[in-house]
Amino acid sequence: MSEIHLQIDGKDVVASEGMTLVDAAKSVGITIPTLCHHEKLEPYGGCRICTVEVEVRGWPKLVAGCIYPVEKDLVVRTRSEKVDKVRKVLVEEMLAHAPDSEQLKVLAEEYGADKDRFDKHPSFCIHCGLCVRYCAEIKKKHAVGFVDRGSNREISFFPEIAGKECWDCKECFPLCPTSALQAAYVLAESLMSPPEEAGGCGCSCSGHKK
Amino acid sequence: MDIKRIDEIIEKHDSEESSLIQILLDIQSEHHWLPKEALNRVAEKLQVPLSRIQHIATFYKAFSLVPKGRHEVHVCMGTACHVRGAQRVLDAVQDATGIKPGETDADLKFSLETVNCLGCCALGPVMEVDGKHHGNIAPSQIASVLNNCD
Repeated sequence: MSEIHLQIDGKDVVASEGMTLVDAAKSVGITIPTLCHHEKLEPYGGCRICTVEVEVRGWPKLVAGCIYPVEKDLVVRTRSEKVDKVRKVLVEEMLAHAPDSEQLKVLAEEYGADKDRFDKHPSFCIHCGLCVRYCAEIKKKHAVGFVDRGSNREISFFPEIAGKECWDCKECFPLCPTSALQAAYVLAESLMSPPEEAGGCGCSCSGHKK
Repeated sequence: MDIKRIDEIIEKHDSEESSLIQILLDIQSEHHWLPKEALNRVAEKLQVPLSRIQHIATFYKAFSLVPKGRHEVHVCMGTACHVRGAQRVLDAVQDATGIKPGETDADLKFSLETVNCLGCCALGPVMEVDGKHHGNIAPSQIASVLNNCD
């Protein structure tokens, strides 16, 4: 594999082809914050908290460090006024969804994010997709997935699969950057509802197991 | 719902995983919604996880996971139709069918939706019934149009 020379925060870095900026920075001890990144999973680029500034032929642009591959002679800045501002707003937006997330609180401290800037929508989910991707890529069970779109998008466990697989696994819970509670809650909820909507009356009458 | 018919639709698309959305669209246009058994069958035949099918079926507005009526009524609420009295048209449709936008009546005859533009603003206010456009429609004409549906 060919070696690629680039510069991250003024440090010369030698990386191999196919590495991402997050990997390359890590190899010289520079930490780029991530939320949706997991080393066992395919790069996703969902949360954008790994946003860094790169200079390509003298032109600066903002890219997601967890999916951007290293390039020859790239100049990367992992902290700059622009980058910090982007991360601050991202953290503020995510805090509106998950105000009690420990990881987000640490990031908020670092970037001076105001947790009350946006109205609260406590869904506890920041759509990092870690649980969904872990279940699909590592466990290959597809017990949890995203449903709906836009602001209504949420994770959902499928009772048919979750009822069989999840009680003995639960490996996705600790991955959650906000709290494991939401995953547990959604799981419990989907297991409690009748498995076949069409067959049942859809209510919580005594005809169904609670 | 006929599982055989679902299989035919799947085979028409050579059981290709990449034709998933086309298959769902075909089932949707035939049944007016996507029954759970059909989705299970598609998942099994195409070897696609059910979670991905749900993801797609809930993402696109063209798909419905709840039963829809035999006749789809769309009332345009776009700007041009709005200023030409779309709200009065919608009220008349609601009175005639007894359902609100997003609902389906009990005998599965009508489903009512509002849409934001049908692309023929000069005909406003526009109502679409099963793909047929009714332009310049007056609230008083609604009942006769809907009565023509069986």
